[in-house]
Amino acid sequence: MTSTEYAVEARGLVKVFGQNRAVDGVDLTVKAGTVYGVLGPNGAGKTTTISMLATLLRPDGGEGRIFGHDVVREAQIVRQLIGVTGQYASVDEKLSANENLYIFGRLLGLSSKQAKAKGAELLEAFGLTDAATRPLAKFSGGMRRRLDLAASLIAQPPLIFLDEPTTGLDPRTRGQMWDTIRQLVATGSTVLLTTQYLDEADQLADRIAVIDAGKVVAEGTGDELKASIGTSSLILRLADTNETGEALRLIEQVFGVQGTPSPEAARITVPMSDADRVTDLLLAFRSAGIRLAELSVQKPTLDEVFLTITGHGVTEAEETTEEVLA
Amino acid sequence: MTTLAGNSLKPITPVSERRLKNHTSFAQTVANSLTMAYRGLVKFRRTPEQFMDVTLQPILFTVMFTYLFGGAISGSIAHYLPTIIPGVLVQTVITASVVTGVQLREDMDKGVFDRFRSLPIARIAPLSGALIADTLRYAIATAITFLTGIVMGWRPEGGVAGVVLGGLVVVVVAWCISWIFAFLGVIARTASSVQGISFMVLFPLTFLSNAFVPTSTLPGWLKWFTDVNPISHVITAVRNLCDAQPAGADLGWSLLGAVVVVAVFAPLTVRAYMRKA
Repeated sequence: MTSTEYAVEARGLVKVFGQNRAVDGVDLTVKAGTVYGVLGPNGAGKTTTISMLATLLRPDGGEGRIFGHDVVREAQIVRQLIGVTGQYASVDEKLSANENLYIFGRLLGLSSKQAKAKGAELLEAFGLTDAATRPLAKFSGGMRRRLDLAASLIAQPPLIFLDEPTTGLDPRTRGQMWDTIRQLVATGSTVLLTTQYLDEADQLADRIAVIDAGKVVAEGTGDELKASIGTSSLILRLADTNETGEALRLIEQVFGVQGTPSPEAARITVPMSDADRVTDLLLAFRSAGIRLAELSVQKPTLDEVFLTITGHGVTEAEETTEEVLA
Repeated sequence: MTTLAGNSLKPITPVSERRLKNHTSFAQTVANSLTMAYRGLVKFRRTPEQFMDVTLQPILFTVMFTYLFGGAISGSIAHYLPTIIPGVLVQTVITASVVTGVQLREDMDKGVFDRFRSLPIARIAPLSGALIADTLRYAIATAITFLTGIVMGWRPEGGVAGVVLGGLVVVVVAWCISWIFAFLGVIARTASSVQGISFMVLFPLTFLSNAFVPTSTLPGWLKWFTDVNPISHVITAVRNLCDAQPAGADLGWSLLGAVVVVAVFAPLTVRAYMRKA
């Protein structure tokens, strides 16, 4: 029954709010020790999915397992294995950082002394020691997010849910958050994060599920997702633009497709279905005496992936209210 | 700004080496509730303005009503004190118990409540903790009202024992009644609606009683109401305890009523709460 190979196994999760099927049959499998990204626009059902896996919402259908433990029947065990950092600060605004961590520590069964030590340790680790006794009202968005994450780490949970951990943070603080997430994985934790940023999923996640309108519309590594929508492009820049015509002829001969020249940059873009042929092309160029100034390969971006899969851009997605962590 | 979390995060304990259990023991429930009560007290300390209803309000009401009605009702301030002090006391403390419901609703709407729900703690702890912490509020209101009365010249016949006993009755009754407002807090949609509904119930109950005036001059129907009003029984019981009079029947009815309220509302509240928690 109990498996430690998979941190998360969700099968056909469904959550219905009134007429709205916020989550409509989501399957997720997250291997322990990895970062898993759930990518989707506002209102796609990301937060609702996390809430069900974190025992905050009861699924209307399907089942979820955390390290093999059922999120409904073994909710209290699941809670011993997870840390949740929501989109909105889940700390006590009226208390100081110190008091917050102390109370969470006590609730988690630490003695008074242990809870104080743990709080101090985490504040130190997250660079919040100086602000330890200040009321949270004076905290910046980044500080609050850090405290929130610190509070999720008191029990050192093997699985951490991060709901849009960097939404609203400035680029530098965002970079720090990314570092922290990588360190969490280094300590042995599994991280399941949601994000609206393609770049973030690409940078952090080992695997990504693209979710739209409550359904997983694509799943795989970042590279697989990119590869799924098409081929990479070979981009060539010639040393001498007068040779463009000859170069295009050779490209068609080797690849069997037309290259697209851009005259002003002396650049030629070639759809590259078979990377192995590049050697042939380069040899042909050498024997024809065509010299290259630059050569690169461009993969499709996740933006293109998203557009292709969902049929609409990330920003076009409609905002709905159900994203609020219930 | 510092780099986050340097290398100071320690390796976690693997899942296979953790001792996991799917139920919460009674000892843990008590410990969690006490921690939540502690949280309530820290919050009071951080936001003393939330204490006003049990600190300034009893002073204000005692002074105001005594000087306003004293001469008219009892002939003099001094003669009115034994009537008004228990009246204001019961009114203040029971009003303070409304806050239990309002704050519970506020708490449940906050992000921190999601964290509580994601922790392996007793589900009931945030509720029971709030109820425990609030008894301190009632005790403060009781002490301040009595002190204000004594400063104004109130000399209860019952002495220290009678006053302490009277105060205890008020705190116990208020705690029992706070279950009603806790229930409203759990089922209501917003904190302000809890406040609205609660005061609509409380105003008639506390004012249409024997708290401020002798009921003998009231029109028949109103006198009937004030006589059956449970608040009147509590007030009479407290008056008698403070005045070294036998409090027998009124005390019995008060405590019985309080127990009935708990018996009805505690299960309702807990059930509604557990469904949401």
